[in-house]
Amino acid sequence: MSPAWLADVLALGGDLLVVPLMLPVGGLLLGLVLGGRHLARVALALMVLGLAAALAVAAAVLQAGAPLHYELGGWSAPLGVGLKADGLSAVLLLISALVVLAVGIYAQRPFGVAPGTAETRSSLAFWMLLLGVWAGLNTVALGQDLFTLFVALELLTFSAVPLVALDGRAETLTAALRYLLFALLGSVLYLLGAVLFYGTFGTLDIALLATAIRGADPLPPALLAAASLMTVGLLAKTALFPLHLWLPPAHAGAPPAASAVLSALVVKGSFFLIVRIWFDLMPMLLTTTAAQILGALGVAAILYGGLLALRQARLKLLVAYSTLAQLGYLFLVFPLAAASEAAGSVDVLTGGMLQLVSHALAKAGMFLAAGLIAASLGQDQISALGGIARAMPITVLAFGLGGLALVGLEPSGAYLAKSLLDGPAAAGGQWWWGLAMSVGGLLTAAYLIRVFYHALAGFQLPPSLKRRPARYQELIALALALGALLLGLLPTELLGLVEIGRTGVELGGLR
Amino acid sequence: MSMAPAVDAGLALLILGLGLWIIAARSNFAAVVGFMTYGLMLALVWVRLTAVDVAMTEAALGAGLTGVLLLGAAARLPAEAPGGGPGAGLRVLVAVLCVGVAAALAGVVLSLPEPAPSLAPLVAENLPPTGVKNPVTGVLLAHRAIDTLLETVVLIPALIGVWALAADRAWGARPGALTPRPSSSSLTLLAQVLPPFGILVGVHLVWAGADEPGGKFQGAAVLAAMWVLVVMAGLADLPKVTNRLMRYTLVLGPLVFVAIGLAGIWTAGAFLALPAGYAKPLIVLIEVVLTLSVALMLGLLLAGPPKERA
Amino acid sequence: MSGTTLFGLCGAALVGLGLYGLICHPGVLRKILAFNLIGSGVFLLFGVIAKRGGGALAAAGAGVDGDPVPQALVITGLVVAFAATAIAVALLLRLVELGGRDTLEDEAPRRAPPPPGRRS
Repeated sequence: MSPAWLADVLALGGDLLVVPLMLPVGGLLLGLVLGGRHLARVALALMVLGLAAALAVAAAVLQAGAPLHYELGGWSAPLGVGLKADGLSAVLLLISALVVLAVGIYAQRPFGVAPGTAETRSSLAFWMLLLGVWAGLNTVALGQDLFTLFVALELLTFSAVPLVALDGRAETLTAALRYLLFALLGSVLYLLGAVLFYGTFGTLDIALLATAIRGADPLPPALLAAASLMTVGLLAKTALFPLHLWLPPAHAGAPPAASAVLSALVVKGSFFLIVRIWFDLMPMLLTTTAAQILGALGVAAILYGGLLALRQARLKLLVAYSTLAQLGYLFLVFPLAAASEAAGSVDVLTGGMLQLVSHALAKAGMFLAAGLIAASLGQDQISALGGIARAMPITVLAFGLGGLALVGLEPSGAYLAKSLLDGPAAAGGQWWWGLAMSVGGLLTAAYLIRVFYHALAGFQLPPSLKRRPARYQELIALALALGALLLGLLPTELLGLVEIGRTGVELGGLR
Repeated sequence: MSMAPAVDAGLALLILGLGLWIIAARSNFAAVVGFMTYGLMLALVWVRLTAVDVAMTEAALGAGLTGVLLLGAAARLPAEAPGGGPGAGLRVLVAVLCVGVAAALAGVVLSLPEPAPSLAPLVAENLPPTGVKNPVTGVLLAHRAIDTLLETVVLIPALIGVWALAADRAWGARPGALTPRPSSSSLTLLAQVLPPFGILVGVHLVWAGADEPGGKFQGAAVLAAMWVLVVMAGLADLPKVTNRLMRYTLVLGPLVFVAIGLAGIWTAGAFLALPAGYAKPLIVLIEVVLTLSVALMLGLLLAGPPKERA
Repeated sequence: MSGTTLFGLCGAALVGLGLYGLICHPGVLRKILAFNLIGSGVFLLFGVIAKRGGGALAAAGAGVDGDPVPQALVITGLVVAFAATAIAVALLLRLVELGGRDTLEDEAPRRAPPPPGRRS
């Protein structure tokens, strides 16, 4: 049924996983040598290949109906390091490749090198760091070894932090420094947890550890300490309330192309590892109070982020605070997982991953749109947006559609995600999670209405623009936002991708 | 042998004392000097833990290069650490929290399983195919080659991140954090006498690392330290950030590593696998080129963003 | 108590000490030092676990006593920690060069003025 070349690609099996792992790494190595004017184009070409590779991995996982495995160097765990692509990995690979490619196209103008110039600081830095973020994300998606994942986290941190300070102003340097300190604390706590796992079971392989943990009774105290340390460390990197202080100035201060990647993808990388720890490594945690606490923090983030977004004077800060709130939704999967299992309903992770993808697309689109508005007006005060909807209709439409996707209107990905999460909440009698999602949706609508009130006012008198955005940049923002809005129309077979490789929550729980 | 417990206890106390000093010292400079001493003492602890490879890395990198980096920073900052910070109440709260964390960790350390799980036998069993005799090198270059590769790759965005802090117009200039110290004849003398020995030590570490303690990271750190010394004495200039040869050298190591790794898919059946019989020469080749690249990266990380000379 | 366990407790104490410094010290340079303290405490735990898991190789006459896997991981970790410190120091020095202070105190996250918005 499928064409021959596709069959050939799928027959590669585990070898296929080396491609997404090494493409961005190759880009980093070649990019440093090439530098200069060719870098932007070469990076873009790699990103196109990267999307193809991600699609191939997803297709192979779907076709096999089971995770793909690979033993690096031919050494099997626990001695060697393994790669695995399950449904979750495929989703992260895909969304990373998509957003990175979109941002790569968008950034050709702001981070290209003018003819006649050999190389500029911001251009070399931007493309190399973008490749670094992408390399980190792909390794996070495929890694099966807690230490390899640590190196991946550092790859993400070392690439993401300098992106924040790319424009070199003192405010953004401060934001980057604060981000770095939070991220480093997160890394070191994660590493501390990893060593405790090793000290207890003599392996760092997630699957081997999970088997050993399942057989351990009682659970050694070292493991609870390890899981708590790693979770707290990763929360600091994900900026979950109350460890969120670094995020708004960092994401709002970065250049728009960087903000889009930071908000859409980088914070999701650390969230993804929390999911790996809680769902794959120690699923018994999901039935504990700790899962309820994570959910409660998520609710706090939804309310706090939403309320503060409402109070922001600047558009980019509003979008950044909205990220805080949207990250909160992701953490509802932890308390809802057990409820979902008990109710026999669909895997709640499907809802969570859908929310992750939906927010990534919507937020990337919104940050790119907000950046175009800020560049055109020379500032981004919300009260000074009057008439912008007439001057830059496509950009404002992109921002608006991204916003609608966040609110969760049908058929957006967020709508579907929330309905997938609402089911288990209601079935488990835990109506408060559903209530929090509804209140969060209202807050989102409120801060968007505030933006539109200003953007649509003064329709008769459009402002004079300092410079017009490139049409292709507007269209990229629009495409991302539309993607988020139409995500809910995905065929159900594709939604099933997430569940490939899931084993379900153990309802036995901790003694 | 009977002295050992006393030595260990003394070392542990010394390290804790130095740790307290690093946190509590008033001046930045005093704290940094404390940190360098602390690094050297830690290297001794690593010897006591019979991890000579780590001891060398700790001394060269943890105490040496990190120390130089922090000293340079302290010299550019106000001597006194800035005041402020959380109020007394909050400090007490944080202190309680930190004591709690330390106590919990201590409890975990005491509760670690006996006999301890270990991959040592598995490494020993699987060392012969790699051809090397130093098990740490075997783990780094064969069993867990991906970590070593990625870890070298991680240094690239880190270096770009440092370079990105330059002023736009300074792009293409030389790194500016290692300004030569004027009129320091003793430093000049040191920089003339020490490097030949240092380079010898570094090369020996890499060469011996296949079979004895040592290896590319230790060797690279020593080579980088020698280079930094020569630069600080004003005897050599750093390359400009746009220097082609430097850029090629930076990526040479990881590029060769990736190429050999990819070739492994066809020659040995897996990415990063080494074909039987060729494992040792390939590992030595990777070690040599990685040493060059890593030494350059470490030195350049220390040398800071490019800066126009006044 | 064996020396190995002693160093393990020492590592635990260093983590707590560094954590306090990282949270409470107003100076960024000192926060960076504190981060390195936590890191060395964690590495020490690696070393303790390596030492506890040793023996087999020594018996095989390999000349190394201890589990080489955690030892190898520490070497990787030390290089990464150095890179982290280098980025942090470079950021701090650039901030001070631009007239900023060597502390993150009193920097309300929402105080930043509007960006020039010269690029999109």
